[in-house]
Amino acid sequence: MSTVKDFETKQFPTWCPGCGDFGIWTAIKNAFVAQGLEPHQIAAVFGIGCSGNMASFLNVYGWHALHGRTIPAAAAIKLTNHKLQVLAVGGDGDGYSIGLGHALHAMRRNVDLAYIVHDNQIYGLTKGQASPTSEKGMVTKSTPFGLVEIPADPIAMAILAGATYVARGFSGNVKQLTELIVGAMKHKGFALVDVMQPCVTFNHHNTFHWFYDRVYELDKEGHDSKDKQAAMLRAMEWPSQQLIDEARVDRIPTGLFYQEERSTYEDELPQIKDQALVEQSLEDIDITSLMEALS
Amino acid sequence: MKINNLNWKIGGEAGYGIASAGEIFGYACAHGGLESFAYLEYPSLIRGGHNTYQVWVRQDNVQSHSSQIDLLIALNLETADRHLAEVIPGGGLIFDLDYKDLRTYSCQRGDISVFPVPLETLAKQAGGEKVMRNTVAVAASLALVQFPFDYLSELIARAFKKKGETIIKLNVAAARAGYDYVAEKFQDKFNYKLEVHPQDSRRLLVNGNEAIAIGAIKAGVKFCAAYPMTPASSIFNYLANSERKYNLVVKQTEDEIAAMNMVAAAGFAGVRAMTATSGGGFSLMVEALGLAGMVESPAVIVLAQRPGPATGLPTWTEQGDLRFVLHAAQGDFPRVILAPGDPAECFELAFQAFNLAEKYQLPVIILTDKYLAEARQTLPFFKTDNLKIDRGEWADVTGRQPNERFERYADTKTGVSPRVIPGTPGGVFVANSDEHEPSGLSNEESAMRKLMMDKRMRKLQFARADVPEPVKLYGPKEADVTIVGWGSMKGPILEAMKMLESKSLPAGEAGKSLSVNFLQIRLLEPFPIKEVDAALRQAKHRLLIENNYSGQLGGLIRERTGIDITDKLLKYDGRPIHPEEIVSAINTGSV
Repeated sequence: MSTVKDFETKQFPTWCPGCGDFGIWTAIKNAFVAQGLEPHQIAAVFGIGCSGNMASFLNVYGWHALHGRTIPAAAAIKLTNHKLQVLAVGGDGDGYSIGLGHALHAMRRNVDLAYIVHDNQIYGLTKGQASPTSEKGMVTKSTPFGLVEIPADPIAMAILAGATYVARGFSGNVKQLTELIVGAMKHKGFALVDVMQPCVTFNHHNTFHWFYDRVYELDKEGHDSKDKQAAMLRAMEWPSQQLIDEARVDRIPTGLFYQEERSTYEDELPQIKDQALVEQSLEDIDITSLMEALS
Repeated sequence: MKINNLNWKIGGEAGYGIASAGEIFGYACAHGGLESFAYLEYPSLIRGGHNTYQVWVRQDNVQSHSSQIDLLIALNLETADRHLAEVIPGGGLIFDLDYKDLRTYSCQRGDISVFPVPLETLAKQAGGEKVMRNTVAVAASLALVQFPFDYLSELIARAFKKKGETIIKLNVAAARAGYDYVAEKFQDKFNYKLEVHPQDSRRLLVNGNEAIAIGAIKAGVKFCAAYPMTPASSIFNYLANSERKYNLVVKQTEDEIAAMNMVAAAGFAGVRAMTATSGGGFSLMVEALGLAGMVESPAVIVLAQRPGPATGLPTWTEQGDLRFVLHAAQGDFPRVILAPGDPAECFELAFQAFNLAEKYQLPVIILTDKYLAEARQTLPFFKTDNLKIDRGEWADVTGRQPNERFERYADTKTGVSPRVIPGTPGGVFVANSDEHEPSGLSNEESAMRKLMMDKRMRKLQFARADVPEPVKLYGPKEADVTIVGWGSMKGPILEAMKMLESKSLPAGEAGKSLSVNFLQIRLLEPFPIKEVDAALRQAKHRLLIENNYSGQLGGLIRERTGIDITDKLLKYDGRPIHPEEIVSAINTGSV
């Protein structure tokens, strides 16, 4: 049986003391142990940003991608060897800004992978610019007069784009987050876990305390995660509702918003039904019929 | 009487079935044992606009198109207006007497034979429809050169197989009507004849894209991710069509960024993976190309060039991206760039590309262009018994702890580090886009950076020695003029050499008894410095031929060998260089 230690490397995380990334790192390792997985059974793709630096702190088969390109890499690994457990780990800039197009298309394809987004509403590694989930009006290094645009709403977007498991975690609640990640990994299809993760150095607004005052757990309020309409209403509580009614900002739902069963992209491919691509032989491939068709 | 040497060209509006008519003609000749080279021109739209398809048929191997037409078939007035001047004296013109703008057409050329044929009427009399007039036109032209009808009916049956028996019967009947009409009305009126020339073995009529796709399938490609872009799309269309028969996964992605990232990651995961695109799509792939270099993922990228920059001329040809692929992506990393010159080399080098990519764990780019991608050439069936799959070095990690980290990027003499397939117990590592140490963990120390750069770049010297025939020399070892070129220019250059040698010069060209040879460069990176230097240093007179503005290969030769080639034949109007232009350049003393 593996232990949490098996999933650590010789490098200890370089994140700032108190960074929300530690909670996610812990939850991911816990989720692996809880499922009885060994390091070699997992392929994790990491983005670029503070979150992506986990590539050197997590002992699994890893792919430290280009900025914004975790999803194509993770999808390719899954299509090539669908017997691997595939995870993608990135930040809000990586996934919702530069890489948003990939994420939306992967959701409608329903490739079986778990996508964990460290959402700190700021660019940390480049030292403090606005991110796609930063609040309107937020003063950052790139928006000294306040951010003009409204934030992206990853949960609502994912539900509409066709993701089949959509959850929000909070790095201040590792127990719940571990369960959400286990759920995402066990789920057959595209699973998004958007994790609110305070940046203690560059985001002095959305702090741990700010979140503690507002988060609540969906399953404790009887939310039915099979109900797509109910999921959309819950999703719109934050950040969308905040734009309409500032007073409602005290309610941030966490937990599983939505889950559905739909065949995965891999399920639809008869050519990998018996053997993963990576297991297939390359010897003695007969091209005679291809040539005959052109003769 | 000119026997078994006919340059045939059909033209009309897009949507008239010009390409299918051309293919049926080409395959009919091939089935009759003749060799052909088939070349099509079309604008970037689906209906309307001017399309042509030309087929040069001979008894010997034809390696390019020609700018001099023997028989022109005009399905509309625009074809006659645009291309009549290309018809050589003694040649012929068939035009559609039924077509609205040709009914009153009167040909102004007294030196060619003119054959008005009521294509639509003939189609309808046979029970067919107006759309079959392309088939009637092909039949009419075959009758004119006295080629047996049977080959045509066989090809029509094959071309319309999916449309059912009725459509086949009607097309054959329409073709028969056209054939009989011309055979009777214009008997012995045309000074050309195509004679059946029986062959022992079956031959292909194949284009560069198909040859690459077949080479890739033979090499065991398992994964292809691509985004449609002319003129590369037919490679991934072909692979998609072969998905279930050959158990491959072909993914059309949201963009080329995704495609290249997927290909690099599939290589990491342990399969042979490829993509195909043109310059615009390759621009989007550039960052991930560097990623494949950094994490040492095998990847094969086909770049079928078209004239740029930007959208450029989407359906035309150019060799303008050589400098781009040489330097694409930030930083120094090893890459291999192969330039096949014809469909046979497309097959050969596509197969080799996968071996090179896996043996040296790097991106391999196959550089072609629209001319090579889409022109068809008669070839013997590809030989496969000499092809060996070589997947490179694999590490044995048996007996290690499942969680033990593996030094995937271990420093070695060749720079190639043995790989493991993710999922293997005891082989855990990270493929890291950041600079890294042997286990893949990020590492920014100066000594480690230098070690890893040296290790990666060292692979190139071994790869260079492993590419079969990096250069090829055609013609005499010593010659008055040595032509240098790459890629699709091979065909026009070799045809020009044949013209010079046989003194069957194009109209208006006087013979000058110069001997010519041709140095074809098939490996552009790592550059075959020694071979190129040896061939060019002693050359009496050098002539650079490229389908681009700036003579990009010439610049590369000067950079790598110090040899400056001052005589250049460069063409950048979207059209391939015609063999006649090469003959003229050599003959008129511009050389």
